[in-house]
Amino acid sequence: MFTINQLVQPETIEEAAAILAANKSSMILGGCAFMRLGAQKIGTAIDLSKLGLDDIKELDDEIEIGAMATFRAVETDPVLNEYFNGVLPKAVSHIMGVQFRNIATVGATVFSKYGFSDLITPLLALDAEVELFNGGRMPLTEFLDKPPAKDILTRVMIKKNQRQAGYQNLRKSTTDYPVLNVAVANLQNQWRIVVGARPPRAKLAAQASAAMSKGNHSAENIEQAAQLAAEELSFGTNMRGTADYRRAMCRVLVKRAVTGVLQCRSK
Amino acid sequence: MQIEVTINNKKTTLEIEPDELLADTLRAQGLLSIRQACDTSGCGLCTVWIDGQPTLSCSTLSFRVHGKNVTTIEGVPEEAEAFARVLAAEGADQCGFCSPGFIMTVLAMKNELPNPSEAEIKHYLTGNLCRCTGYMGQMRAIKKYLGGE
Repeated sequence: MFTINQLVQPETIEEAAAILAANKSSMILGGCAFMRLGAQKIGTAIDLSKLGLDDIKELDDEIEIGAMATFRAVETDPVLNEYFNGVLPKAVSHIMGVQFRNIATVGATVFSKYGFSDLITPLLALDAEVELFNGGRMPLTEFLDKPPAKDILTRVMIKKNQRQAGYQNLRKSTTDYPVLNVAVANLQNQWRIVVGARPPRAKLAAQASAAMSKGNHSAENIEQAAQLAAEELSFGTNMRGTADYRRAMCRVLVKRAVTGVLQCRSK
Repeated sequence: MQIEVTINNKKTTLEIEPDELLADTLRAQGLLSIRQACDTSGCGLCTVWIDGQPTLSCSTLSFRVHGKNVTTIEGVPEEAEAFARVLAAEGADQCGFCSPGFIMTVLAMKNELPNPSEAEIKHYLTGNLCRCTGYMGQMRAIKKYLGGE
């Protein structure tokens, strides 16, 4: 069981960052939904509830998701349901039950770079950016490749555009973690094909995306893109599936996701 | 540390530990309908409402309900009994261990979704596990309850 020695609820992000930096055993609290599964000993737990980071805002040219926004907020948000074929609400709606989604937060999932995440995969497909207090604003792709650092993720931003997107996942049971997930997005024939829960964290299939972006949407080309995704990414084995099984399923899910996006009508 | 919280419409001040979980806090207040079962945030037996939203009390740190309204099944006795009677009539209660959390989720769904389809009902209730019933009786009960039968 985890323990918390001291809890602080800073009023400003600067204060939160100072406390985080000052204490080696300090830690930012997210939704804490998985906390009880571990045995962490937290010296100073920093709760961001008072920083107003739980909103999802539609700005002029982007959608901003606060780090403390819950999965349920993502699932039910009208703007996120309107854009990108509602890919983000659809992706998080698979995560356990509504009670859990009322706890788990966007910031904790993204900052922790969970391999099994249902959210990171479509965020990567949508070419999202993240904002960190120390690290500043950067593409999610770049953030995921960086080594872990003590920082505070404050927001996730997605450009508002006509991007069409789709999400596919394979689970052993409804509320289990995904064996594999795939998100695909297309903006003006620039495709992004992302595969997650490999089980390592989600990654862009660059060659497969490039193949689709050539503009040939024939069944053969889709098949080739799906094959490229399966070949260029690495897959691992865990209790939910073998690497070979995931590779085989990658082809299937990419094909389904691409086909689904091609069938979408422009907004 | 101290928190002020309204539990079942009664405002109260509680002394809690920073790492205390809401399920433990509520049970210490004598609210024994809160079941602690799966330990993995997956079964829904500990479901309570926080400001009307169904939430896992086993995975919510107690300090997070400061200034909020927490409702357990003890706080909605009439609505709970009305649905529980339909559950029992459909043979869907069996051991009854999951019933408090399940009933709280069904009541939350009733408040949130006006006329849920069968698919919406199933989706809303995926976080509530029951080892006895196989869910068929529960589905019959929900449909009858929502249909006002």
